[in-house]
Amino acid sequence: MNPAINAGMAPVATPGFFYVLAGLAVASGVAVITRRNAVHAALALIVTLLSVAGLYLMLYAPFVFAVQLFVYAGGIMLLFLFVIMLVNIERSSKERRFNRMWPVALAASCALMVLFLSAFVKGRTLFPDRLMPLPESSNTQQIAGMLYGEAGRMGQYTFAFEIASLLLLVAILGAVIMTKKKI
Amino acid sequence: MVPITTFHYLVVAAALFVLGVIGVLTRRNVVIVLMSIELILNAVNLNLVAFSRMWGNLNGQVFSIFVTVDAAAEAAVGLGILIAFFRNRETINVDEIDLLKW
Repeated sequence: MNPAINAGMAPVATPGFFYVLAGLAVASGVAVITRRNAVHAALALIVTLLSVAGLYLMLYAPFVFAVQLFVYAGGIMLLFLFVIMLVNIERSSKERRFNRMWPVALAASCALMVLFLSAFVKGRTLFPDRLMPLPESSNTQQIAGMLYGEAGRMGQYTFAFEIASLLLLVAILGAVIMTKKKI
Repeated sequence: MVPITTFHYLVVAAALFVLGVIGVLTRRNVVIVLMSIELILNAVNLNLVAFSRMWGNLNGQVFSIFVTVDAAAEAAVGLGILIAFFRNRETINVDEIDLLKW
């Protein structure tokens, strides 16, 4: 990182912090896909989400950090835990965890990882080593300006924001209709 | 110590993405398959925020909020389908959900 860019900024985001968070995220990600008990997998996923939230904080994205905490670790994981409670886990925790095709799937996924890494290493010139400092104090304000518009004008993403609210409405209706016994 | 660059974040995100893909392809429990999809969406979010930091503008962060909205909608509908299916068939295993298979 260019020290001139970072001048006057306290070095909170140290490399060691990054490695701890990244290691925690990947380790609990492995736990998510290998635990037999679905509740344990959900708890491991919460640890992954919190570590990724820490990485957002290191990337100067406090609003995305808050959204990650409230919506993912709060809302979505609560939904998952409720559904795990509703469907019985006693039977499925005694059965096989993986399906018959798991060696093929594992090989294909490892090939995908190799593809990603080779693309990143080969395209290293496309990803410059610079990190532009984002203004942390006005982050939420700027995101609000892009989503809702400012000074009476529509923002860049106002229309997409309205479409997203429509998507959420459709999802709510779909979830309610599908879980009702008789409509 | 090597300073942390965009490359490091991309490698972490790729690892999370591949873990999610492995979970989707191999697990038999539908709830864990849906959790793996959340893992994939999180990897994409991490990429978007890392690139937002690299270019110094906030479009990536706004995109990652839209991805979060999609994840919430997907989780709600997916778990709704799961509950409706569990009520009818008493199973949540992927390889027993084969009504549309030929």
